[in-house]
Amino acid sequence: MSLPPSAPGRPARSPLGWDATIIALVVLALGLGSRLSDAFLTGANLSNLSANLVEVALISLTMTLIIIAAEIDLSVASTLGVCSALLGVLWAAHVPMGLAILLTLGLGALAGFFNGWLVTRLGLPSLAVTIGTLALYRGLAYALLGDRAVADFPPFWTNLGFGLVPGTQIPIPLVAFVVLAVITAVALHATPFGRSLYAIGANEVAARFAGLRVERTKLLLFILSGLMSAFAAVVYTFRFSSARADNAAGLELSVIAAVLLGGVSIFGGRGSVVGVIAAVFLIGIIQNALTLADVPNEILTIVTGLLLILSVLGPNVAARLRAARQRRSNLTSPKGGAP
Amino acid sequence: MHHRKLMLAALTLALGAAAAQGTIKKGITIAFLPKQVNNPYFTTAWRGGQAAIKEFAGVGKQVGPSDAGASSQVSYINTLLAQRQNAIVVSASDQNALVPYLKRAMQQGVKVVTYDSDVAAGGRNLFVSQASTDTIGRDQVRLLAKQIGNKGEIAILSATPNATNQNAWIAVMQDELKKPQYKDIKLVKIAYGNDDDQKSFTEMQGLMQAYPNLRGVISPTTVGISAAARYLSGSPYKGKVALTGLGTPNQMREFVKNGTVQGFALWNPEDLGYLASYAAAALVSGQIAGKEGEKFGAGKLGQRTVGKDGVVILGPLTVFDKGNIDKFNF
Repeated sequence: MSLPPSAPGRPARSPLGWDATIIALVVLALGLGSRLSDAFLTGANLSNLSANLVEVALISLTMTLIIIAAEIDLSVASTLGVCSALLGVLWAAHVPMGLAILLTLGLGALAGFFNGWLVTRLGLPSLAVTIGTLALYRGLAYALLGDRAVADFPPFWTNLGFGLVPGTQIPIPLVAFVVLAVITAVALHATPFGRSLYAIGANEVAARFAGLRVERTKLLLFILSGLMSAFAAVVYTFRFSSARADNAAGLELSVIAAVLLGGVSIFGGRGSVVGVIAAVFLIGIIQNALTLADVPNEILTIVTGLLLILSVLGPNVAARLRAARQRRSNLTSPKGGAP
Repeated sequence: MHHRKLMLAALTLALGAAAAQGTIKKGITIAFLPKQVNNPYFTTAWRGGQAAIKEFAGVGKQVGPSDAGASSQVSYINTLLAQRQNAIVVSASDQNALVPYLKRAMQQGVKVVTYDSDVAAGGRNLFVSQASTDTIGRDQVRLLAKQIGNKGEIAILSATPNATNQNAWIAVMQDELKKPQYKDIKLVKIAYGNDDDQKSFTEMQGLMQAYPNLRGVISPTTVGISAAARYLSGSPYKGKVALTGLGTPNQMREFVKNGTVQGFALWNPEDLGYLASYAAAALVSGQIAGKEGEKFGAGKLGQRTVGKDGVVILGPLTVFDKGNIDKFNF
């Protein structure tokens, strides 16, 4: 008897078990962090900690959607890089900031559209397409800006990047993240669009037969991913008041690590926004706490690596346990097996 | 009564001033934040920084990212802030990205010293600079002139045509060459190896073919000088054509030992870290505020003066040759 990991059309069964596990790990990490250093549980430190995560957190949202739909976007950090470079070039050319930001978001959407077009029109695997555009977009970033850096952004805008909500310790970009996270969570877990992503990820053929517009949905996902990367580029550029072609190089790995650790199946069809957000913070908290405790960098890298392995192992083990439980219940109730 | 208060205030001020001139406080916490940890250059600088901290009985540590990205340095700055360090000594990966965070640190009373690589204005109290542009340019000409007996055709093998620091040094070199003692030296070509090993190697080869009478080459870039040395080392020009410039001892050791290169120069990163530690300690102890003309003691390096824009200069380049190269590991 074989068991499909999640039946097509019934994908909304989110792995609550893993969500709970990861949230428990966050609480555990918070406790551990406060034991490691007195400075850990201070408002200023938690504020810095979350500000440092904000780009990864933002892009993780759209990456969650894409991986649930059984695709991947490896070009996100390069898209961020080229968008940051464009923002710098435009500002240096005296384009008004509002317009420059709009054009930057436009470039992100375009970059995402190109990815999506190659995937849906030419039927190429997104892994291959976005490995290509990972190089292509980074190259374009260098073509735009070379090894120069644009830095003379007006204080009003840079303050949006690294400032705090007045009277609090909350970083301003975190507010934007919370809003976008709520929108994403609602879209994924409470709308037909969200259900269609699970269906496509679980079984694309079945989804097609069920009348879902698979191509259009995927194209939209890639555009959203590009747009989110562009938004993260604006945040990043202002947060560091520095537009550089090499901005956020390698960030895609942190994003994918967080999404997988958050319980999203790399094979699609399974995962939740809550789990991913918890995972983003788990990684950030562990790194911050270990840094505060003066744990050497090598150990930090090793711990991050182990977390990555856990991110692939954990949900898989959970799924197997679930399957075993189900098998047992199938044995006791004769009707349970047939899908 | 009023008078007594004034007197007291004056006395306190005077005593305060005396203390400011005086000793470094004990137990100062200083954190070094290099561009990259596990990089021999910064490890050497930290060795010097650590030695200084030990001398004035402070508490020091080095933290930092293993990749040279500015964003990773920012999270370390925040961490050091949370740990309430007295001073941060940082080599900036990005001129601007760190500024807002360093400003925040300074607002909270943390003293900020940059070393090796500065940040934009307002982001630090002091910059401890390796050497002035002037020194770096002139020292290299003097070194080569000595090696070729003040006579003959020379060339420069630089990095890229638009590298700001290289071009500033070359301008100084050209100015230095106008001095009467160099009247028999002729600069025939400035070549560019683009800081690429292969390109520098072939450019060096090209120089030798184009100018058979070439007596010496200055390569003010670590990539260029080692590629040029490798070419010379395997060519008939070995030991006949002088090569000098800026390089690191580990890169150049074999070429100094096999007679390809007599001597080359660089600042001594160990001294750079040592001076940065003393500068940080002087700031924390209130001996100096970072203004032009202020003086502070820097252990074995003697009395140092803060220059324009809060820059403290380490001094002339260190020349590495057969006699001393084995004392350095970076």
